[in-house]
Amino acid sequence: MSVLVYVEHAEGNFKKSALEIVSYSKAIADQLKTNLIALAIGNVSDENLTALGKYGAEKVLNVSDKKLDNFVNEAYSFVIADTAKQEAANVIVLSNTFSGKGLAPRLAVKLKADFVSGAIELPDIQNEKFVVKKTTFSGKAFAYVELLSSIKLITLTINSYQLIESAVSSKIVKISPEFRDSDFRATVKQVVRSNDKTPLPEAELVVSGGRGLKGPENWHLIEDLADALGAATACSKPVSDADWRPHEEHVGQTGISISPNLYIAIGISGAIQHLAGVSSSKTIVVINKDPEAPFFKAADYGIVGDAFEVVPKLIESIKEFKAQK
Amino acid sequence: MKVLVCVSNVPDTTTKVTFTNDNMEFNTAGVQFIINPYDEIALARAIELTEGGKGTVTIVNVGKADTEPTIRKALAIGADDAVRIDATPSDAYFVSYNIAEYARDKNFDLILTGRESIDYNGAQVAAMVGEFLDIPSFSIIKKVEFDGSIATVDREVEGGKEIINVSTPFVAGCAEGVAAARIPNMRGIMSARTKRLEVIAALESGQSTRIIKYEVPPQRSTVKIIPADEVGKLVELLHSEAKVI
Repeated sequence: MSVLVYVEHAEGNFKKSALEIVSYSKAIADQLKTNLIALAIGNVSDENLTALGKYGAEKVLNVSDKKLDNFVNEAYSFVIADTAKQEAANVIVLSNTFSGKGLAPRLAVKLKADFVSGAIELPDIQNEKFVVKKTTFSGKAFAYVELLSSIKLITLTINSYQLIESAVSSKIVKISPEFRDSDFRATVKQVVRSNDKTPLPEAELVVSGGRGLKGPENWHLIEDLADALGAATACSKPVSDADWRPHEEHVGQTGISISPNLYIAIGISGAIQHLAGVSSSKTIVVINKDPEAPFFKAADYGIVGDAFEVVPKLIESIKEFKAQK
Repeated sequence: MKVLVCVSNVPDTTTKVTFTNDNMEFNTAGVQFIINPYDEIALARAIELTEGGKGTVTIVNVGKADTEPTIRKALAIGADDAVRIDATPSDAYFVSYNIAEYARDKNFDLILTGRESIDYNGAQVAAMVGEFLDIPSFSIIKKVEFDGSIATVDREVEGGKEIINVSTPFVAGCAEGVAAARIPNMRGIMSARTKRLEVIAALESGQSTRIIKYEVPPQRSTVKIIPADEVGKLVELLHSEAKVI
């Protein structure tokens, strides 16, 4: 018996979301009184691998093979499933990232594991039951899902578990599993990085703009505020539909769901579809000139005022605050 | 090209979500059901790839008879025929297993789904169908184009995208950018009535998760309104009270 966590990295470095799921998996291993094993695929330095011990991984497995330099969904899921079998893992945890969404469903089929995607809390494990809370109806509700099979699979929503240090001494083991040729039918021709900014689903602070901004030429207000805060930028559906901003920035029921620590909505009225995608943000600030905008009812802090006057003042104020710190 | 599009019947995006039966069931009273918006994108792309005699589009849905208006709408938008696998879609594993078993001997070149359904938000069906059929899957794509039987797919990855070459058959979950959703025209609506909609029995998947209860998110406490000429106060509150900056 063991808990296996698959840890993603970007060019050999673990991101915060990766350390979050190691902390999360360690808490599950503790509840089940078993060991936590971490698996990283690709080139990662021993120093970085060892650092996973700081969050509770007793054993860190690493597969490094030229064939796996690019993300190959089928081959990666084969390696994770193979490792899960070798280590007799009965709980397997991945991040609910784009790659996690590609891998985990294939693992569920390979391992005949009951699977919950997008968990937002630790599982409730008692009286032989294993129940996981997840977001449903695109943020309008939560569901408690019971997993019945002997092997259980969870993907954890980004930003939903804190980093907890529980230093253990960790042992690095290099493994070289077999591959199947048929898992390399897709060939990655090119990897395109959008920019250096934090990807929206992982961002802790998000500044978002709506139709109230009146046009793409005014987006510097959103960008300048985001820069001052060190935040990612987002937008409402009408804005991406009008091509003022790319689709990747659209948050809401039919866009991306996010759960940052701070969400600042500027010139967004707060339609139910938009609220669905952002309602799990920890703190919501709404800036809108219409005091009747429904978004104020779902906000923690509000400013009733014209974005073109309020936002530049807010940028100044944040810069002052940062300078004092 | 033979394309299979998996369509889910979901509550309209404006639905206020409530539950009945001691919070164990979604309350469908007064709820309008629609084609899952991402599945509409998948359907639009399938039609683009096949129209003008270049192929056929089949719709598959796992649902009871009440999903038929949604299936008919997909036919009205332009699919050629449809299959309903007659069962309540209990979880993604069950749905994927049944879609895969249906598709197994039909030689589809391409199977498209939406990136996720807007009700359960599992984002599991594309990759599970791929695994059941042992063919490549791309869970979230922003583009799919063909040159003969070789496709170029843009797959979303953290902080960017991968441009991938793959030969058919494969499965892909469509997101915004793949195509613009279409609305049915009058001719489509008329012809949809007579298009073939086959109903087949579901198979046991031998495995299932179970939702034991639902919960609606707690209301936020009353909003604190800060005067527009005192934005400094907001910064102070975000720091000392909300502790987010």
